[in-house]
Amino acid sequence: MHKAPSPWFVDFSDVWLAYNHELLVQNQFAVEAIDLKVRQGEFIAIVGPSGCGKSTFMKLATGLKMPSMGKILIDQQPVTGPLKISGMAFQAPSLLPWRTTVDNVLLPLEIVEPYRSNFKAKRKEYEERARRLLQKVGLGGYEDKFPWQLSGGMQQRASICRALIHEPKMLLLDEPFGALDAFTREELWCILRDLWTEQKFNVILVTHDLRESVFLADTVYVMSKSPGRFVVKREIDLPRPRELEITYTQEFGDMVHELRGHIGAVRQTGAPVPQ
Amino acid sequence: MEIWSPWLLLTAVLVLWQVLCSAFAVSEFIFPSPWRIWTQFWEFRDTIAGHAWRTFWVTMVGFGLAIVVGVLLGFVIGSSRLAYAAVYPLMTAFNALPKAAFVPILVVWFGIGVGPAILTAFLISFFPIMVNIATGLATLEPELEDVLRVLGAKRWDVLIKVGLPRSMPYFYGSLKVAITLAFVGTTVSEMTAANEGIGYLLISAGSSMQMGLAFAGLVVVGAMAMVMYELFSIIEKHTTGWAHRGSQNG
Repeated sequence: MHKAPSPWFVDFSDVWLAYNHELLVQNQFAVEAIDLKVRQGEFIAIVGPSGCGKSTFMKLATGLKMPSMGKILIDQQPVTGPLKISGMAFQAPSLLPWRTTVDNVLLPLEIVEPYRSNFKAKRKEYEERARRLLQKVGLGGYEDKFPWQLSGGMQQRASICRALIHEPKMLLLDEPFGALDAFTREELWCILRDLWTEQKFNVILVTHDLRESVFLADTVYVMSKSPGRFVVKREIDLPRPRELEITYTQEFGDMVHELRGHIGAVRQTGAPVPQ
Repeated sequence: MEIWSPWLLLTAVLVLWQVLCSAFAVSEFIFPSPWRIWTQFWEFRDTIAGHAWRTFWVTMVGFGLAIVVGVLLGFVIGSSRLAYAAVYPLMTAFNALPKAAFVPILVVWFGIGVGPAILTAFLISFFPIMVNIATGLATLEPELEDVLRVLGAKRWDVLIKVGLPRSMPYFYGSLKVAITLAFVGTTVSEMTAANEGIGYLLISAGSSMQMGLAFAGLVVVGAMAMVMYELFSIIEKHTTGWAHRGSQNG
């Protein structure tokens, strides 16, 4: 284990979280003993069975929840509250139906500083930026449509744009492609890959899909179930840029298979059910 | 066909009513026929118009009060869990009380006239508005709240940017219920505590056995409520069309 003076962008040292005081007293933790070191610009994926505390981990990483024990540093700073340098997207796109797509993407700029104070004055410029971003993810021509006029995949693209519009240093994705069909999903993998390659923000991707995690991430972590802890760390050393064809290679298949093995083991041993 | 269906139904009912009254020679003092109601209406149109105008503006004032108070209370209740827990049970108990029972009390406080009518209309109609605003605000998607909170959004930002627009369809829905209730409140109050208004007209026509006139008064209240209801429907469609997208896409 490294104990350098934190060259890391994300640095969890021995983080434990119980949801309330009662659970803390009973030693019931949602996640425990999380040690995680992530380089600047690294793309990590977290996989694990459902209900293993992945979403809890996300809340810790964004400062929406404070750890019961341990220390979290992000971008060298201790986390004390919601982290404005991050953007989030979830499985449900949750766009606002009364706003057009471009207005939905602009929403974070109306809230986060420094954009908030000059939003009215610079609206034109920001709108231009939002439109460029939407075009980049293939939503050109749909900017002024309402979300309910878009397909599920398009809504999810808009949702990712909304997470990126304020140029966050860290992007958190909680099963963002879970509800999409296989082809749309692969299309969005490539869009995410291209955005990341271009801007090199940090990504924490929570997913059920092992192929997704191997295709996109630099490092995959396997999480065990209640209590949630990281049990396996797997570096994905596939060369970049990665094309979709890579997912059909032997090497890729082996990695997915190996991870699948870990998940199987976690499911059997990770959750001893008291009788 | 769908647009005309209410009118067709209305005509059918009126014809049936007229036929029954004529066929069985029902006394006009017991149950007037539509024709009788119409002739009475025409004969007393000036009187009715005066009373109707009074009932209308009194209802509108009470209803306006109900919107202001309902929205404010709904906002408070919907935006704070504590307020929700504290206020809601009491409000439900209050809403269960028959508002007509308040009229004698209001008369003691404000005397015969406009005061009791406005307040009865207000008391009866603010509840649905309050409940709907509160529900709209209290049922935000947690993910969406996280997306905004991560950006440092305050509770207030979330309410203004998301909560309020989201509860607008609920709000318009409640206005349609509340306006009809407000007319009920005004009329009921005027029946015992006013010298003017449709409620007063109903009582005085009834006591002088002018059943045609009494029925004409009822028709006028119903018509006013319906017009206001339709008005809010139109406003609703134009301002919160996004909430009715299913019907638009066919």
